[in-house]
Amino acid sequence: MGTNGKMIRRSDLGFWQKIYLPEIVKGLGLTIAQMFKPKITVQFPDERFKPEPSFRGRPVLVEENGVERCVACGLCARVCPALAIEVQASETPLEKERFPVKFEINMVRCIFCGFCEEVCPEEAIIMSNEYLLAFSSQQEALFGKDKLLKPASQMQDRLDWLRAHR
Amino acid sequence: MDHIDILITLAKIVAAFAFLILGAAMTVLLERRVSAFIQNRIGPNRVGPGGLIQPFADVAKLVMKEDIVPRSANRFIHDMAPMISIGVALSTFAIVPFGNGIDIFGRHVKLMIADVNIGMLYLLALTSVGVYGITLAGWSSNNKYSLLGGLRSSAQLISYELSMGLSLIGVLMIAGTLRLDEIVLRQTQYIGGILPKWNIFLQPLGFITFVIASFAETNRLPFDLPEAEPELVGGYHTEYSGMKFGLFFLAEYANMITSSAIITTLFLGGWDVPYIEGLGLAPLTLALVQVGGFLVKVALVVLFYIIVRWTIPRFRYDQLMNLGWKVMLPLAIANALGTGLVLLLIA
Ligand code: SF4
Ligand code: SF4
Repeated sequence: MGTNGKMIRRSDLGFWQKIYLPEIVKGLGLTIAQMFKPKITVQFPDERFKPEPSFRGRPVLVEENGVERCVACGLCARVCPALAIEVQASETPLEKERFPVKFEINMVRCIFCGFCEEVCPEEAIIMSNEYLLAFSSQQEALFGKDKLLKPASQMQDRLDWLRAHR
Repeated sequence: MDHIDILITLAKIVAAFAFLILGAAMTVLLERRVSAFIQNRIGPNRVGPGGLIQPFADVAKLVMKEDIVPRSANRFIHDMAPMISIGVALSTFAIVPFGNGIDIFGRHVKLMIADVNIGMLYLLALTSVGVYGITLAGWSSNNKYSLLGGLRSSAQLISYELSMGLSLIGVLMIAGTLRLDEIVLRQTQYIGGILPKWNIFLQPLGFITFVIASFAETNRLPFDLPEAEPELVGGYHTEYSGMKFGLFFLAEYANMITSSAIITTLFLGGWDVPYIEGLGLAPLTLALVQVGGFLVKVALVVLFYIIVRWTIPRFRYDQLMNLGWKVMLPLAIANALGTGLVLLLIA
């Protein structure tokens, strides 16, 4: 019932449109019809919205064979516009030679921009689909390695999506 | 008048006002749910079953809020304005007949609070007083947005009051009386034995003009210019907070119910339920069914008010004035003259 972008002038209107009432009745019919359409509301605490793989939730570290992929190059800490990441590197006998002894993301600072994911050469930090992030203190919002590590198997959706779109 | 008469009147007052206040609360909820449904949402459904307690929670919240009055406001008038608004809504409701009279305790009780013999005039007079609530609120707040809202409302209400009064002339001529209960009684017959003789069928033009004028009188969209949020912040109630704002809010919805009740009484046959006399019900049951019929009609008109609000955009100020003076007024006059002519020819 829209005008399809055409400009409507008063002189174009017919008699019935000019007296306005039939058009109002049409409009009322439209609104009443809307009332019986399915609702889009997600009733939050009872129902949860399941994000698509393209969703940028909190960043997590990918864990493979019990260790993180991260090589502690520090690129993510460098690129993070919110200065939310802190990485401290150390050496490891594994093939990757370096690993982060400390990897901390301050979730109060993070703006979910996804730059860390984009810059990481090892695909070690990626955005998850978790969005329930409420804290009662600043301390609670400091996510160390214990909270950041996620097995690659759980993150397969996002990894596949990244492969397909980058 | 003895004690029992006084008691009966008191009971009627309590019942009618409780109905109006509870009804207003429920209308607020209805409006929120219906608007949500129109926008494919669900609306408030958490407090109580289906959100039924929501309006009471809102009132509890408003009562506990601080009452802020601007320093340069006229305190007395600022306090009085919401009372005028709600008072007018309540006192207009006093003349609406709920149902046909019932015989109880050996006396005939009319189901209306005040049996005013100039009902229609009383109605028109009170709606004019209603302007004061809004205009004074706007003026006493000492805020330019409020003042503009108040000015708009007085201009709007004065323009539409004319067509409202004139569109009632047709009804008046057909009924030949100003008493609202008589007007309803006249509508209980049938045209040609089939169609109920409701004034909406006899006076379609008068009905349309009266409904449009009622929308303007109750400041509902598309005529809510006095509180046009995008232009005037909150209009006349910008400077109101706490329960004084709540009173304006309540008054808006109480006014809506009152004017729905008036529309029902004057044009939709009031408490008349067509074809019911064929069922041969006992007098008391009949009266109750008629009261029920009246309530259903009022609820439907209220629903219509709500759906219109969520359908039509607001008029521009010049369009509002054009419609009022150049369309509604001539139509109402033509309707009055035409009705007079037809009645003269029939007689
Ligand atoms: S998503 Fe953006 S803000 Fe958050 S840690 Fe990564 S780079 Fe920093
Ligand atoms: S960019 Fe990747 S590899 Fe480098 S420190 Fe960050 S997470 Fe580790």
